[in-house]
Amino acid sequence: MTSYAGGPKSGLMILLLWGIPEVVLGAKFDMRPGVTEMSERIQQIHHMGLWICVVVGIIVFGAMFYSMFAHRRSRNPTPATFTDSTLVEFIWTLIPVLILIGMAIPATTALRDIEDNENSDLTVLITASQWKWHYKYLASGISYYSNISTPQEQIDNLEPKDEFYLLDVDKPLVLPTNKKIRFLVTADDVIHSWWVPDFAVKQDAIPGFINEAWARIPVVGVFRGQCAELCGLKHAYMPIVVDVRPEAEFDAWIEEQRLAAELAGEAAVAARARTWAMDELLSIGEDVFTKHCSTCHERDGMGQGAKYPALAGSEIATGHIADHLARVMDGKADSEMQAWAPQLSDLEIAAVLTYERNSWGNDTGDIIQPLTVYEAR
Amino acid sequence: MSQRDKKRHTTLLLALAVGMFGFAFALVPLYDVFCEITGLNGKTSGQAELLAEIDRSAAQEDREVRIEFLASVARGMSWEFRPMDKEISVRPGMMNKTTFFVRNRSNKTVIGQAVPSVSPGQAAQYLKKIECFCFEQQELMAGAEMEMGVTFYVDAELPAHINELTLSYTMFLVSDLVGSNEHEHLSSHNVR
Amino acid sequence: MDTHSESKSKTRHPLLAFAARWLLTTNHKEIGTLYLCLSFLLFFIAGSMAMFMRLELFEPGIQFIDPLYYNQILTLHGLIMVFGAVMPAFVGLANWLIPMMIGAPDMALPRMNNFSFWILPFAFALLLSTLFMEGGAPNFGWTFYAPLSTTYGPPSTDFFILGVHMMGISSILGAINIIVTIVNMRAPGMTYMKMPMFVWTWLITAFLLIMVMPVLAGVVTMMLTDRHFGTSFFEAAGGGDPVLFQHIFWFFGHPEVYIMILPGFGIASQIIPTFARKKLFGYHSMVYATLAIAVLSFVVWGHHMFTTGMPVFAELFIMYATMLIAVPTGVKIFNWVATMWRGSMTFETPMLFAIGFVMMFTIGGFSGLMLALVPADFQYHDTYFVVAHFHYVLYPGAIFGTMAAVYYWLPKWCGHMYDERLGKIHFWAATFAVNLTFFPMHFTGLAGMPRRIPDYSLQFADFNMVSSIGAGLLGLTQILFLYIVVTTIRGGRKATAQVWEGAEGLEWTIPSPAPLHTFSTPPVIAEGDYP
Repeated sequence: MTSYAGGPKSGLMILLLWGIPEVVLGAKFDMRPGVTEMSERIQQIHHMGLWICVVVGIIVFGAMFYSMFAHRRSRNPTPATFTDSTLVEFIWTLIPVLILIGMAIPATTALRDIEDNENSDLTVLITASQWKWHYKYLASGISYYSNISTPQEQIDNLEPKDEFYLLDVDKPLVLPTNKKIRFLVTADDVIHSWWVPDFAVKQDAIPGFINEAWARIPVVGVFRGQCAELCGLKHAYMPIVVDVRPEAEFDAWIEEQRLAAELAGEAAVAARARTWAMDELLSIGEDVFTKHCSTCHERDGMGQGAKYPALAGSEIATGHIADHLARVMDGKADSEMQAWAPQLSDLEIAAVLTYERNSWGNDTGDIIQPLTVYEAR
Repeated sequence: MSQRDKKRHTTLLLALAVGMFGFAFALVPLYDVFCEITGLNGKTSGQAELLAEIDRSAAQEDREVRIEFLASVARGMSWEFRPMDKEISVRPGMMNKTTFFVRNRSNKTVIGQAVPSVSPGQAAQYLKKIECFCFEQQELMAGAEMEMGVTFYVDAELPAHINELTLSYTMFLVSDLVGSNEHEHLSSHNVR
Repeated sequence: MDTHSESKSKTRHPLLAFAARWLLTTNHKEIGTLYLCLSFLLFFIAGSMAMFMRLELFEPGIQFIDPLYYNQILTLHGLIMVFGAVMPAFVGLANWLIPMMIGAPDMALPRMNNFSFWILPFAFALLLSTLFMEGGAPNFGWTFYAPLSTTYGPPSTDFFILGVHMMGISSILGAINIIVTIVNMRAPGMTYMKMPMFVWTWLITAFLLIMVMPVLAGVVTMMLTDRHFGTSFFEAAGGGDPVLFQHIFWFFGHPEVYIMILPGFGIASQIIPTFARKKLFGYHSMVYATLAIAVLSFVVWGHHMFTTGMPVFAELFIMYATMLIAVPTGVKIFNWVATMWRGSMTFETPMLFAIGFVMMFTIGGFSGLMLALVPADFQYHDTYFVVAHFHYVLYPGAIFGTMAAVYYWLPKWCGHMYDERLGKIHFWAATFAVNLTFFPMHFTGLAGMPRRIPDYSLQFADFNMVSSIGAGLLGLTQILFLYIVVTTIRGGRKATAQVWEGAEGLEWTIPSPAPLHTFSTPPVIAEGDYP
């Protein structure tokens, strides 16, 4: 629970810090209040800082403008000769100190509450990669990747941009209302940062380390954020979408995910039970390649320099299948080549390998079956 | 002003510059020491705690602390790695053991190094490990699997407001060159 | 003209003589000119990069610059502005002015002075050449956080590291020179508390430089060994920590930003008294306040790292220390206003820039104070609110301070007055453009736009368009400035020795243009004077 110092004093504070800014500033110019108690408190701290600075600015700039008018040479031909005053210096040292102490108090209490991650109801492990988010519900074990879903055509100005341009994902993070959610944030390559402005939660995702944050969201809705730490090429293209639902709906969704995972499991069993033909695999493989691989390795397989190597004619894509499989499934250490095993099904991996080994002049004739991929997991 | 003074001052200032360069490097162990003392950043001590130093009397405490375990593999690492216990409740001062399962999925011998991280960071210094697979590199032959243990206790000094801890391990690739003494990816630090 | 080279030039090809003069000069005035010219050139180069960035940010979507190049341009923009425009400009001013202000014939170590300058063109040629290297230029922001810059950095990163070492050596040697000069070569009678404020602020800045540039050198060396020599300072895999990078970097980085503003404070403290025809108010307080700012700057580095997972007690300490810096900074601002108060002011271009500096730096200071409040910082960090903050303190701050200095002292350096009407047009146009560009960024950041992105969602579009228009205008005003400076050097109304009616200080007692060698005999310092 929040604890403000003093009832009537805080009432006045709330009136000043909330009421006036909402009227004076259009919402367009202001920090959003967000939807949680903490985010509203943070907006109030922002207002407090802002208005104190505005008042001090009015006083100081007012004095300057006045002086530039009244003490210009034409109006004041003889300058005064005073050069110092210990009293005045003392006053304009003391008053700022007092103002700062006043500002520090609500900031301190809010910070203590923000950093209290105890007694949560639900924990989500958030892992950042280049350039997507991975969410895992620790209690139920449900986990999935969340990728940007804005079409490349919109980015390339070939199609009009929709309302949630750059703020849409394929699978949002789903959370229940009115529960204290604990976020464990980490990364598996470079530093990213998970930020949802409506919750006022921003926590850096640091590879090899775990950070914590929390939020309790009292309302239903969809809330969007972005990665807030430069993380390479597509830093602008890894949005966060949180879909907050009533508890019962959330529980139902978890069940749905469990069932979906079972179904996917059954589909995977079926997939590896049969032998797939080259043309089927090539077709699926091309889709997978276009969706996941082509941004770095290019649709023509020619890559982009040493950093994103060409697959056409590459040793790995024409050499031992086991090495190719390992590279795609586990990624490459210390590079942007990710581990695709957790993200793609056996069929998808088998298909994309087959596609790579038989395209752009790579004529290995190899057909990789989903069973082979399954056995390598 | 004199030439000698100028020389002296120049020498002193150069020495200051060189000293600050050394200070930058000194920040590295200083940071580690500071982290150990305060538990900043969730780095646990890499040393095995001496059994003799455990305060047995604290095991009588009524207090329960929940610890959850997480495991992940870094890029390029072809192991399956998961905790056998998702979470346990412990009493401060009491000895506990938990295990992690690893399996080398690849067709090569692979050496890995697990690196722990504790959240909240301030709790790290109170999580004392007696034995941990993270103290050393682990080598697994192709297709092999094993269970690796962590023996630990939570110090009774754990601040009262902390009742939940998360201990997370990331398994990093050290080397996967079959039968070779070279290391594809060097970690020359003695991991502590 | 120096008689020695005069006789030589009779037998030398003029081009060779020109090259020899500028390559080998050990004269503080010529070296000052070299620094200022290099700074101006790099300002235009880094400014052009900003123009490209703002061009891409004019509208959502990717139109002109692919993210691959955008990240390189934004990195180089930051690096070149910090290390190539602001710092060399202040060093150039230091070279020109400090010896004259203290009545010394030159800097203490003239040959080292030459070396300090000439490292820089090579360092920046190296840095700019990375644009053409395989893998492209550094693309991780001027703050080059690990592991993006270590494990994932392009091959050119190693050249970037070499460039930073070169710039660092230049700064360290320059700073040593400045301190040894100020400590040893003041004219008899010029006690420390009689030195002009510009000299004081540079003395303090020089100490900051010596203390923190080596730390930068240390951190880039650690980067290099992490990349190539098997160390793991910043990688968890080997027992290291990416956040350690940030701690070491910002230990340098925070004092660095004070290095980039303190000389500007000194400039304002010289210019405002001149045009108010009234001595600086509270000289002693100004000195102590500057010292306080410098000392405090060492204990606040963590305020760049509030979202990295610092423990509460550390966040609180850093918040309080950061807020505290507002006190001595406020004292300085109030003192400038008190200097103006009941003075007899005229508003020539230097005074306009100096007053603009005070007002707009204060706006930047306000957003800085807001950023110090940790809970609010969770919403500001890594957004355009931060970009607005630092551009206000750097552009209308450091850069306007430099421009004020150029307008103020250029007549002394070259003997000609600049065109006052053009100067005023430059000031008003630049002020309008700088606010049009950077003020909306406060709102962009508050609305939720992250930093360092070439493309953004639709709710940020209006503000970005306004900023981009402002940026285009701002670029044009700088071309006007270049024109004004060049035409003034080439000719114009002759300047007197005094130049400005209310100016006080030793540099105004020598002719304009200042002869190549001045104060070969130390001047007499009057009793009870401070400029």
